[in-house]
Parts: sequence; C-alpha cells; structure tokens
Amino acid sequence: MSKKITIEPVTRVEGHGKVTIHMDDSGNIEQSRLHIVEFRGFERFVQGRPYWEAPVLVQRLCGICPVSHHLAAAKALDVIVGAGTGHGLTPTGEKMRRLMHYGQFFQSHALHFFHLSAPDFLFGIDGDPAIRNIIGIALTHPELAVQGVMMRKFGQEVIRATAGKKIHGTGAIPGGINKHLTIAERDEFLLGADPLNADKMVSWAEGALDFFKSYYAANKDFIDNFAYFPSNHLSLVREDGALDIYHGVLRAVDTNGKKILNDVDYQEYADHIEEEVRSWSYMKFPYLKALGKEKGWYRVGPLARLNTIDFIPSPIAQREFEIYKALTHGKPNNHCMMMHYARLIETLHAAEMIRELLHDPDLLEGELVIKGTKQKEGVGLIEAPRGTLFHHYRINDNDQIEMANLIVSTTNNNEPMNRSVNHVAKAVMTGKEVITEGMMNAVEVAIRAYDPCLSCATHALGNMPLEITLVDKNEHIIDRKRSK
Amino acid sequence: MSIGAKTLVYGYGNPGRQDDGLGAQCIKKLEDWLVLHPHVELLTDTNYQLNIEDAAAISEVQRVVFVDASIEDIDGFSFTSIQASDAKVEFSMHAVSPSFVVDLCQKIYGHTPEAFLLHIKGYEWDFKEGLTPSASQNLDAAFEFLLHFLNPNVEK
Repeated sequence: MSKKITIEPVTRVEGHGKVTIHMDDSGNIEQSRLHIVEFRGFERFVQGRPYWEAPVLVQRLCGICPVSHHLAAAKALDVIVGAGTGHGLTPTGEKMRRLMHYGQFFQSHALHFFHLSAPDFLFGIDGDPAIRNIIGIALTHPELAVQGVMMRKFGQEVIRATAGKKIHGTGAIPGGINKHLTIAERDEFLLGADPLNADKMVSWAEGALDFFKSYYAANKDFIDNFAYFPSNHLSLVREDGALDIYHGVLRAVDTNGKKILNDVDYQEYADHIEEEVRSWSYMKFPYLKALGKEKGWYRVGPLARLNTIDFIPSPIAQREFEIYKALTHGKPNNHCMMMHYARLIETLHAAEMIRELLHDPDLLEGELVIKGTKQKEGVGLIEAPRGTLFHHYRINDNDQIEMANLIVSTTNNNEPMNRSVNHVAKAVMTGKEVITEGMMNAVEVAIRAYDPCLSCATHALGNMPLEITLVDKNEHIIDRKRSK
Repeated sequence: MSIGAKTLVYGYGNPGRQDDGLGAQCIKKLEDWLVLHPHVELLTDTNYQLNIEDAAAISEVQRVVFVDASIEDIDGFSFTSIQASDAKVEFSMHAVSPSFVVDLCQKIYGHTPEAFLLHIKGYEWDFKEGLTPSASQNLDAAFEFLLHFLNPNVEK
C-alpha cells in the first residue's frame, strides 16, 4: 500500500513549509520534498516606498534575523547613494556595521548550537523529546545552558549598541551608520563583569567547539554518513580569499574544490545566478546559470563558506580551520552534519572579531556617512548566519523603489535541504509502517543542520515545529505525530 | 514610588506585521504613562520574540508580565499565570514561549519570578505598521487592566 507522509510546520502567521514523503507499496521512499505552501511576496510591499526606508522596512520580513536584512538593504542603498560597495564607506561606517554583523552572527550561531543542535548530540536524535532542548541541557549540563543564554545575551547587546534598539534597528543608513559606539559601551563589552565580556565569549566559543570535536571523535560514522552528498558551494569571500561575512566577491566551488564562479562582483549576480520555479513549492530554486538547473545548484552557509575560503583572518579560528580542513585533506567538506563544526568555527571567529574591533578607535569617532553620485540601482550582499543573502533594488526619478528582489539564505539552500530530507527519509523510514518521533526528528535534524528560517523564506513569522502525517493512497490518515 | 515587587513588563512581536505589534505597542503606552508618573518604578522591554537569553533577564526581577498578540478565540484579552511546569517541548524553534523562558530560568538560576501572560486579541498580520481598530480597542482595555494589576492604588 503506498503512503504519503507529511511533516507540516505550523506558524502563528500563515505562510509555512511542510515535508511530504511518498512511500510505494513495498515501503520504499519514492520521493521527498520540503515545500513552501504559501507565498507572501514581500518585494511588492516595498515598491513605491522611499528608498531610504528600506533598511528599516525589510526588518518586517522576519524577527529571527532582522539584522541581516537591515545590513543587506543598507549595502544595496550604499550603491544607490553613490557610496560604492563595502570599503567605500567611512572607516567608522564600515566598522560599526561589521561589529553589528559579528554580534548577530555570534548570537545566532550560539542559539543554533546550544538550543537547537547540541540537544541532539547530548541526548541522541531519538532521545526523549521532553528533554531534547536547552531545558534538558540545563538539567544535565547546566554550565552549557548558562553559556548558551549568556552568549545570546552578549550578542544581543552588541546589536542593541550598534543598531540602536532591538526592534526595527536604525543603525545602518544609506551611505553609513547613524551613531558611534560610546566609550561606556566599548568598556562594557571589553571589561564587563564576568561572564559578559569579549574574552569570556572567545573562551566559551572555544569550549563549544571542543565539545563538538569530542562528539565527532566518538560518533564519526554518524556525522560522516548522515545525509552526506556532494554539492557545489557558494559564498562571499574577501578579495584575498579570506572569510569575510560582510563584504567581498562571489565565489563558488564544486564538490572537489574547483572554482566554478571565480570571484565575481556581486553587483552582477544576475548574470550568474538564476532562480527556477517548481510547481510544488513557492520557494524558488537558485542555480548557477553556467552549469544549468541540474548541475548548478549549490549550498550556502557555514559549510559552504569554509569550503570556498582560503583562510580565516583571526588566529584561533584559523588554527581550528586548519584542523578542520585536514579532515578532508584540504578538499571541500560535503558532510551535512559538519555544518555544525563549521558553524562553531565561525562562532569563534565572530567572537575574535568582536574583541578585535572593540579596540579600534574608529568605532568611537570619525565621519559616519559618505555619499556621492546617485545611482538608480544597487545590489547588497552579505553572508547571513544561514548563508548568502541578496538584496537588489532599483529606484525611479522620485526616489521610490520600483523594483526589489531578495534571495534569502534559506532559498539558496532549497535544493540541498530537499536532498538532505530525501537521504534521511530513505535511511530511516524505508519499509516502516509507523513513524516514530525519532524518525521524525531525524528528518528534522537534516533540515535543522541548515538552520533554515522559513520566516524569511515564506516571509512569515518563523516557528518550525513539525507535524508528520502518514497517509495511505486514499489519503486516509494512518498515523500522525506532532512536535510543538 | 515602588509598586511593590521589582517588575518587568515585556512585550514581544513584530510591529511591522500589523496586530503582531500589540506587545510592543502596549509597552509604548506603558512607557508614555511612566513619563507622566515618574515616581513609579517599573522595568520595560520589547523584542521581536522571546528567546533563551530572556531567562537571564527575568531572573533579576520578582515579577514579570509578558505581553503578546493572540490569534486565539479570546474576548479582547486574557490574563493568565505562567508556571514553569507549563513549558512544552519547543525544539527546532527559533523563538520560545513565556513558559519555556520561565522554566529555563528555574532550571538555570533555581528561582523564577511570579510570571503572567497578557494575551491581546489581534486580527490581521500583513506587512504593515499600525494596529487594526479592533486590536487597538482590545489594547486599550488590556492596558487599563494591566495598570490595575500592577498596582490597584496607582492613579491612572
């Protein structure tokens, strides 16, 4: 009897995704899809609005990573106000934005590790769901729970100090930034009472990485084989090949490390990247034009970034990067679960960069904004925690936005997430009559490795609890399980 | 003037999504009210959603009132007590619930504040600033209730 299994996230504001898994009569997995079932079309909501409003408007998209959208929009508008891209800003403008971005990276990656992924490692992916979260960690490893909470808090405070406030931050404006860091704020981040200071954050980031490395040593088979498949990888890299999450050129490598997009100017992204529409999902499928739909899809995010770059420009993270790269003999890492390893190296890098930037006097004084000859069109790219984020705007003679195009990180990862779901579904559900919570979580573990934000992708608020429904060929429900 | 227990009123939601901004709008009303009543000691905060670091924030107060928009079928607003034991499994979410925050606070710090949730009925959630008229009415009623709850003797 053929079956269809549906895993359906539920959100408070409509717009969500679900997973459907089709089983044939023999219990083999025929097809698995992560599909987005509603399209909200955020782009049309900014059309007609004055361009300078965009960095604040785009924060309506999502309460999960508003800073990423804030900065990507500001970078696109830098081009429009004639401030150029990246290094065209004043030193203060660029460094304050970088500090904001590293703060966002740090808190976002910390949340993912301590709240979303570490529980799988500590309790097993088929462990008791009642404790398979940070509350369970607080019961069994209280020191880790405290670290997760305080690392989030530290990152949030960095954002507040640079963006101005937690909701609808206004820090980044076209051509620069609207404030300096105060001496009191700097001293608080550098010299704050234990544990809320930069030295402790670096130390804890190293500890989290050590935790994962120990787990990997003891669970190598699981990490290496869970949802493994080869892919291309895409990200920004600094002009000299360094990891740079704020600015650089666009590079892609294939599964063996060969460059397939060779450090191009992201203003010309549309010459290289196209988005495919498929009938069963409102989330598009981006791919490299030169390679076509079948071979041109790619991964973005921590795994991809550490596959495209040549080195990390902070000493402790670079040391860890060398250890990490040695695992694959310098070749790209295509192991889905190594996304966690890569994410923790980036967490450490973000902590180091925050500490380094806080010693820079340009944060405390200097020109905030620069402008030049206005342009009609601009593209802003940053590496959001989840991957490459594209913002593209064109304005009319009345300074109103007449075209906006956003490609968010989760959309860039659409194809690899679908493949990951398919791999895991085949591995754990083939021939099974009843879907257990552990099987359901295994599918979610594969999706979760990418840290997707359906809020961004569907432009709705972003919760992702799952519902799995096992349906027979007549659409009768055989079994249903739900994680809230 | 202290209103008794050290209290935090914490609104959350996205004010760029119409009635999802009820929590933040309630805090704005409260902060405006506090300007007119400078003798009242009260902590306020807002964010897009609750998250794990809020466990640290509420560990420092004796009483917390979370304020959020609601799509539930309630009559204008509801006000409920929150227990740590109410926390449900919320794995794989980027945001957490008030009871989850309270429970995490209990597990980490060994104590929790007295905690409440003020849920205010909302109706529309599109990409717009500003509340719907019906949500605004609910907010006004909920705000009057909140002031009375915080201290029945404080003049409005």
